[in-house]
Parts: sequence; C-alpha cells; structure tokens
Amino acid sequence: MSKLDSKIPEGPLADKWTNHKNNMKLVAPNNRSKIDVIVVGTGLAGGAAAASLGEMGYNVKAFCFQDSPRRAHSIAAQGGINAAKNYQNDGDSTYRLFYDTIKGGDYRSREANVYRLAEVSVNIIDQCVAQGVPFAREYGGLLDNRSFGGTQVQRTFYAAGQTGQQLLLGAYSALSRQIGLGRVKMYHRHEMLDLVVVDGKARGIIARNLITGAIERHSAHAVIIASGGYGNVYFLSTNAMGSNVSAAWKVHKRGALFANPSFVQIHPTCIPVHGTNQSKLTLMSESLRNSGRIWVPKKKEDAKAIREGKLKPTELSEDERDYFLERRYPAFGNLVPRDVASRAAKERCDGGYGIEANDTQEGVYLDFETEIRTKGRQAAFAQGDHNPSESKIKELGKKWIEEKYGNLFKMYEKITDENPYETPMKIYPAVHYTMGGVWVDYNLQSTIEGCFVAGEANFSDHGANRLGASALMQGLADGYFVLPYTVSDYLANEIRTGKISTESPEFDEAENRVKETIDRFLNNKGKKSVDYFHKRLGLIMWNKVGMGRSKAGLNDAIKEIGVLREEFYKDVFVPGDAHELNPELDKAMRVADLIELGQLMAVDALNRNESCGGHFREEYQDSEGETLRDDKNYKYAAAWAYAEGDATKAKLHKEELDYEFIKIAARNYK
Amino acid sequence: MATTFINITLKIWRQKNVNAKGSMESYTLDNVSTDSSFLEMLDQLNEQLINQQKEPVAFDHDCREGICGMCSLYINGRAHGPDTGTTTCQLHMRKFNDGDTIYIEPWRSRAFPIVKDLVVDRSAFDRIQQAGGFISVNTSGRTMDANAIPIPKSDADKAFEAAACIGCGACVASCKNGSAMLFVGAKVSQYALLPQGKVEAKERVINMVRQMDQEGFGNCTNTGACEVECPKGISLENIARMNREYLCAAAKAD
Repeated sequence: MSKLDSKIPEGPLADKWTNHKNNMKLVAPNNRSKIDVIVVGTGLAGGAAAASLGEMGYNVKAFCFQDSPRRAHSIAAQGGINAAKNYQNDGDSTYRLFYDTIKGGDYRSREANVYRLAEVSVNIIDQCVAQGVPFAREYGGLLDNRSFGGTQVQRTFYAAGQTGQQLLLGAYSALSRQIGLGRVKMYHRHEMLDLVVVDGKARGIIARNLITGAIERHSAHAVIIASGGYGNVYFLSTNAMGSNVSAAWKVHKRGALFANPSFVQIHPTCIPVHGTNQSKLTLMSESLRNSGRIWVPKKKEDAKAIREGKLKPTELSEDERDYFLERRYPAFGNLVPRDVASRAAKERCDGGYGIEANDTQEGVYLDFETEIRTKGRQAAFAQGDHNPSESKIKELGKKWIEEKYGNLFKMYEKITDENPYETPMKIYPAVHYTMGGVWVDYNLQSTIEGCFVAGEANFSDHGANRLGASALMQGLADGYFVLPYTVSDYLANEIRTGKISTESPEFDEAENRVKETIDRFLNNKGKKSVDYFHKRLGLIMWNKVGMGRSKAGLNDAIKEIGVLREEFYKDVFVPGDAHELNPELDKAMRVADLIELGQLMAVDALNRNESCGGHFREEYQDSEGETLRDDKNYKYAAAWAYAEGDATKAKLHKEELDYEFIKIAARNYK
Repeated sequence: MATTFINITLKIWRQKNVNAKGSMESYTLDNVSTDSSFLEMLDQLNEQLINQQKEPVAFDHDCREGICGMCSLYINGRAHGPDTGTTTCQLHMRKFNDGDTIYIEPWRSRAFPIVKDLVVDRSAFDRIQQAGGFISVNTSGRTMDANAIPIPKSDADKAFEAAACIGCGACVASCKNGSAMLFVGAKVSQYALLPQGKVEAKERVINMVRQMDQEGFGNCTNTGACEVECPKGISLENIARMNREYLCAAAKAD
C-alpha cells in the first residue's frame, strides 16, 4: 500500500479550505443527473449529505436499517451543538474553537480538518435556523447558549435536552423534500452488507432488504459511508441497539484503512448498570455539569454506609463530601473534558468510595443542591423578595432546574425510580462515542477511491477525545458543507463513465460472499444466542480495553477474543430463514464484525505505548494519575490494514500529525 | 430501590408476515427483574425462546431512551403501556406485579400494515413528511445570520414543543378513527409558528393533509385519546392550529 497522503491543501491554516474549494473541479448541473451516489446511513452526516447532493441534482440512493431515516441515532444526542458564533461576547472565535478541539483531543487529530470544522460551524447554525430548527431562545428572541466541557466560553446551541433530535429532524426534513421530489431514492429497512470495488474504485454496494430478505445490487459512481460509531462492541453503551460497525467494517475489509480504533469516549455521566439483563446504558447530558456538582463521600465508612442503605447522601455535610473534580481541576471544575471526568470517577470508585449498591459499587453523585439554592435565590430576588424563606428558595430553584433540564430529570426518575430534585443523581461512566473510524484524507475519502466516510464513522476530527457538543457539529459539517464539494471534485472525472452495470464479476463475487455468510449462520447447528456471545465480547472489552488498559490485559483480550470468535462461529444459533424479517440474523452478522473490530481495538491499544485522551494505559501516567503522552514516538494516527480473521497480523500505516499552527503541550485543566 | 423478581404470563400477537393470519400466543416468563425495562423483559423472553430453538418475537426498537420513536406496542390495551408520558422502552417492569398477565399487540391501524409479529410499517408518516413537512431551503450556509430574525421566545418554545414529536404512531394507534391529525398537526404547527416556515405555510398544510387522507388515516372527532397517550405530550392545540391553517389555506386557494 502506498504512503498515506492526507492531501492537506497548501497555504495558511485559515485559507486552506477556501483555496481548496476555489481549486476543486466542478460538475456542471446538466451532467449531474448522469451520476449516481450511494449514501449509507441517514443520521446527521448521511442525511445532510444525501439531501445536499440531491439538491445539487445527483441521483442519490440513501440506505438506513431503521424503519425511517428519522430514527438514526444522532437523534439521541441531548446537550447541544458547538459553533464559534461568539453571540455571548465571551471571546470566542474560529481559532479558539479549533484550539479547544485540538487540545480536547489531546493533540491526536489533524489540524487542517479541525480548523475547517470550526470554520463551517457558524454556517451550520444559520442553515439549521433557516430549516426551522427550534433552538432555545432568550426573551429578546435571539439564540441562547450554554457551556460544555473543555471550554471557557458559551458556544453551545441547544434545544432543551433534545438537540440531536431537532437537528436530525431538520436534516430529515431536507432529505424528505428531496425524496418527495424524486431526487433521492430512500431504502429504509435495508442493510449494507458489502462494498463493491471495480478497478480500485468503489462502484456500489450489496444490500439486504430486511423485510423480504432479498439481496440487492446497487451501483454508483461514489459511495458515502455515514453509518455512525462502534460503541456497541462493548455490548452495554449509550448507543442504540441497532448501531453497528458493519458498513464501515465492510469498507475496511475491501481495503480501506481503519484508524485509531482504540480511541473510545467513555462518557462520565450515565446511569449506572442495574443488572445482568440490562440491554443498554442511558446518558445524562453533559449539560447537567453546568449545574450539577460531582462528589463522593470523603470517608470510606460513609461510602460503605450509603451502599448498605444506612446513610443518605443528603445527610452528609459539605465538609464530609469530596467534590473531586473541583478539588483536582479548579480552573475547569465540573466542566473538565469527558475523559478526565470519567477517569477521576473511576479513580474514586476503585479506591472504595463508590456509592452504588451493586456488585461493582461503581457510582458517584451528581448533585444539584447548590444550583437549586443559587438559582432559587436569584429568582426570588428577581421577584422582589430580598429575604426569601428556605422553602421558597427551594421551590423556585427546582422550577429553574425543571425548565432547563426537565426532560432529563424525568427520564432519570423513570429509569431509577428516584427523584433527582430531592436526592442527588447516581452516575457512572459508560461507553458513548468512538473517535476512531475509517481513515480518510482531507476530502473525507478513504484509501479506496470513490469511497467517502463521514461523521462518527470516520476518524478525522476528534483525536483521542471528543469535546461535548462537537459530534453534532462534525456530522452536519461533513454532510452539509464538506462532502458536497469534495465528492463533486471526485465525480468531475466520472461524467463520461456512464451508468455502472451491476452485472459484473465484482458484483457477482460480492453477492456470493454475502449469501455464503447468511447460509453459514442459518445452517449452523449451534446452541447459543447471538446476545450470549455479544455480552461476552462486551465484558472482555469493558474490563480490558475500557477506561484503564495495560499491556498484560490487552494481550489477554487479544487471545480471549480470538477464542470467542471461534466459539461464535461454531456454536451460535440463528433461528428463522433468509427470506423474512429476521432480527437475529441481522444481529449475528453485526456481531461477527464487532468481534473482529474488538480484537483490532486491543491490538491498537497495545501498540500505543502512551496515554492520551480516552486511551489510558496504566503504565503511562504521572504521579497524580494524569495521562502521559509520548509525542516523540506516537504523534501519529494509527491506520490499520485488514488482516483476515486475525488482527495481530494487521499491518500498521502511520500518518504523522504535524502541528504547524498550534504549539503542542501537555493538556492542563488545572 | 430494592430489586425484586416477578413471574409473569405474556399473551403476544404472533403473525408470520403481512399476508399471514395471526393469533395471540401465550408464554410464561419467570425471574423478571423489576428494574428491567419492558423491552429488556422481551429480550429475556426471546433469549428463552432461542434457547428452546424457537423463533423469537419480532418487535421494533432502537435507541431505548425514548427519543427515536422506533418502539411501539399496545400493552394491556394502551399504547406504550400503563404509564403516561413514556415510550415502551422507558416503561419499567416495576409497574407490573408478580403473577400478572400482560397482553402485547402491535399498533392497530389500516395505515400501519403489520410486517411481522409486533412490527408495523409506518412509512405513511414518511410520505406525509415528504409531501410538505419541510422548509424549501437548499444547503448553502449562506442564507442569513441565524440571529437576523429574532423570534419571540414563546413562539420558539411552542414550535419546539410541537417539534418534540418522535413519530412513533401512538396517536394513530390510540385513536378510534385511526387519525394522524396529532402527528400532522404537530409538524404543521412547528413551521407555522416560525417566520421561516410562514412563506410556504399554505402549500404545506394542503399537501400534507392531502397525503394524510390518501394514506388511509381516519378523521379527527376530538376525542383526545391521542394527546393522553402521546409519550411526548404533544398538545391537541396543534390539531386546532392545523385546522385553522388548513381553512385559511383552502379559502385562499379558492
């Protein structure tokens, strides 16, 4: 394989994207209808790309496995979307958003991509408002903002705790318009099962109609993968049940490199695990850290008494509580980046201070008492009551909280049966987002020509840790403002190609591969369910490739996953047949890919002898437990080539990350 | 809260495909944690069926945090079960008792044909949206600054409340007429309340209502079951607003 060429345009950082756009090739409007584009996934990145390319006049085919494009998991994002608008006059700028993102990613992302992301962030907000996305507003009618972790400005736009939903429905409305106009053909309840490569170029996909089981061939001049992240490799995560790596993994199997697979974001504020039948974990938005304070008891005896139900958290006085984030990181306090907050919670729980009454004892408090008092007092003063009673302060404070976070508090109560207005929330870190993904160049093109990868499915913008409210930003930036240009630039060479036939040996071969896999699963005489294996994989990943990783643990994980893979193929039982709706078959094919990915994640984590962002190798930490990066040896993106069935044989390609415009430094939030 | 375990009987609608004849089947399930969600209980049933080499029950679900709108289920005669303001995925087994018999059916509506077991086809909602549920603005990022038009907070808040609809179809399933007026009314309202949406408000409401009628949804007779069962609390006001918009648009069109 040739050397990785990131194709970063020449010139000053702030001019790269503009100059690049000015020099790109175009496809004239009358030629666009001769060109087909496939988009897999209809979340923020895929939905936005499909809509935009449809508007431009290309023939677009969009695919999603859900029953409607509106269900994509972008919908579950709660807190907000960042943009360098500086509406709050607190010193924000494109450069500052760029800088915060690079620093938040612990200096493991590509400067030029991140700068472009910050640059187009402002256009996203304009576009969404024009589409009718109902962002939160202030009484003057202008847009409201709040703060998120890892920043000292208020640049996060939001719609209560449902920002992802509103942005996705915005993209879905644009996509719906194009479907209605016949410019996008939508294939819902369809799953991509292979990529077809002809003469080195992506030329189509094999998809399965999940209702009829029909295997379909679809050809195109370019294929865009926007299929999201792979957090479900841990079985328990905040991802949707259907979220999977398969589309991205098929592309990887056909030759695209997969970069930084071990960079996973463990989100600090999720509802702790309740039992063995649990199917997923629920996030409590990072926006809550604007108002909530995180603590555990100072004394182990108190933590133990709480776990045993002998003591209530509200009975502990201020000086019996350890607000460990405020103690360790006074400059950012509860709003440190996610990886930092998660590790700090783990450190306390590992030390015996956890408060959850389950086997793991893993849980810390997220407490709103201080905020309820502060805001209640302010509200009373605003009403002219300068000597409010305790009960009035509480009542008004709770009302303020309800307005800001009402839906989250309700969700918490539904799940835990506890009232978070009265007793602090119990939270613990959970797998949330994956920074790694298919390697792409500046144009978001993978190492397969004509195969583009966008949103969470690619690796490009968040380095080793993503800042809150930046996933929505990246998804929409890629879909609305990057791919329409870069894909057109690629397609300019395709105007004479003509319709691509699906009757070719390459399509035959890909279809046969898919059919063989399906037959293999349905004819397997196994005994155990897909979930049985998926849960086992999840445990290996969480314990050994999770928040804390060590050389010995990773070596174990690699071996254990190898064994698990063999057992899976030998002993999995998939009921039903191939020509009907068969969710177990869908799951089996996804888990097969997750097992392979899991092993590569362990290999990648083992290769990276440093700690950075979400990747914490226990051997590499300072005396205070902070990450120790090794910029001399690991300042690169690790891009892996696929090795059939054994990730230990995967070949590593390095993309050195040059920091031309930012001075690389140790990350400090103290 | 203390976790307890309950034993239950389930009566579930099984139907091989859209053309097959369906029937209620009975299952017993033991040791269900009251901390489990309703769908985790169904996972447990399916695990039991798979271990007996039987075919699991097909049901729709995805995010399991009450926002994607994919889960459905008519539980003991109510959309999304006995709790209010919640989706099936956010319903927990602590709402049930040891020894309970629970009836689980798919959404029942002519416009939502059954795909298999508890899975229905809600693509009619997508087609209504395609008929007009959008503002006709192309991607450019150069429309105008997001703060160029101030929008009164009360309008923005009402638009948001309407936009909170998750498109699950509980309104249709709960309605004795199988009407989709709450769903369509919410979308029409979101745009009608915002200055950006006013420009094509007339065409929008006419086109969306036409598509709604073509899909075979029934009419609204102001019973209000939709509002009661809506997991997101979408208000009946939105139906009234749509009717107003429609009347104005129809009058102007003539």
